[in-house]
Amino acid sequence: MKTLIPTILGMAAVTYIPRLMPFLFLGNKAIPERLDAFLKCIPLAALGALIVPGMFQATPDLPAAAVAGMGFTVFYGLYKGGIIVPVLGSVAVTCLVLLAYT
Amino acid sequence: MVQHEIKAAVNAGFPIFIGYFPAAVAFGILSKACDITLFECFLFSAAVFAGASQFIALNLFVTGMGPGGIILTTLLVNFRHFLMSASLSTRIGDISKRYIFPIAFGVTDEVFSVLSFTTDSLSKTYIFVLELCAYSAWVSGTVAGYILGNFLPDILTRSMGVALYALLLAILLPEVKASRKALVLALSSGLLNTLLIHLDFLPKGWSIIVCVVTISLAGSFFLTREVTGANR
Repeated sequence: MKTLIPTILGMAAVTYIPRLMPFLFLGNKAIPERLDAFLKCIPLAALGALIVPGMFQATPDLPAAAVAGMGFTVFYGLYKGGIIVPVLGSVAVTCLVLLAYT
Repeated sequence: MVQHEIKAAVNAGFPIFIGYFPAAVAFGILSKACDITLFECFLFSAAVFAGASQFIALNLFVTGMGPGGIILTTLLVNFRHFLMSASLSTRIGDISKRYIFPIAFGVTDEVFSVLSFTTDSLSKTYIFVLELCAYSAWVSGTVAGYILGNFLPDILTRSMGVALYALLLAILLPEVKASRKALVLALSSGLLNTLLIHLDFLPKGWSIIVCVVTISLAGSFFLTREVTGANR
């Protein structure tokens, strides 16, 4: 089978360049207020789209297990906050549900 | 001061590590099943460092697609990072240009999410250490998966699928708790993404881009003050 190395390097280039360009062209420059507001909305818009609907397919053979795990994250995250406990807890809950129902 | 930053970054990077590692192991296992060499498999993770696009590339390779098609698909799938870097670039202020090159390489969905909602100003040390947590998990997991095969217990691998979603959700929760506008932005973006994926007419990876552009544009008109206040 022929080598994949040129393909991988091409992939690396087209992945890196979009990651780099904005830093080179936007960094440290004064930008218009409207653009600034747009850029500041990106994190929330990105989070929403990264989580939904993907989380409903995080455990493809039993979507309810992932939903239960995420339920723990929401519950704990809203009442106590933090990152590590909500993450580890969701994995534990998902694991238990998978063990119980599959 | 630096020590404190390193500690904070490792804390923030730990959930990314535990989310990336099993996914990377899965990539290593799949690579071996696709008959590529260990070096090619390593190079995928070490040089591209973008999860979903690597799995997609392997699938395309197996179906016989040539380099041009694979590279073009990768560009489309990973282009969302352009928006993420643009958003981050407004936050890194006085970090000197030469550090930008390695920092930009490490902009993944999860690193971006953590950095965006870090309230302190972002130092190069913090960003480097956070990115290193993510990168080391991805590369070491890939190699371990290729060499060791299916060494993680099956139940753990299956449950770990939720870790990255839980991480993103845990980052989002304090924002939506603090501001209803944040909830509106994130929720409408998720709903739009669900609709777009359901309609299934965009190339892979572009539903997120369309969501981010549309919702951020709408947000920049209607919600400016509240959201940016809650954000920083």
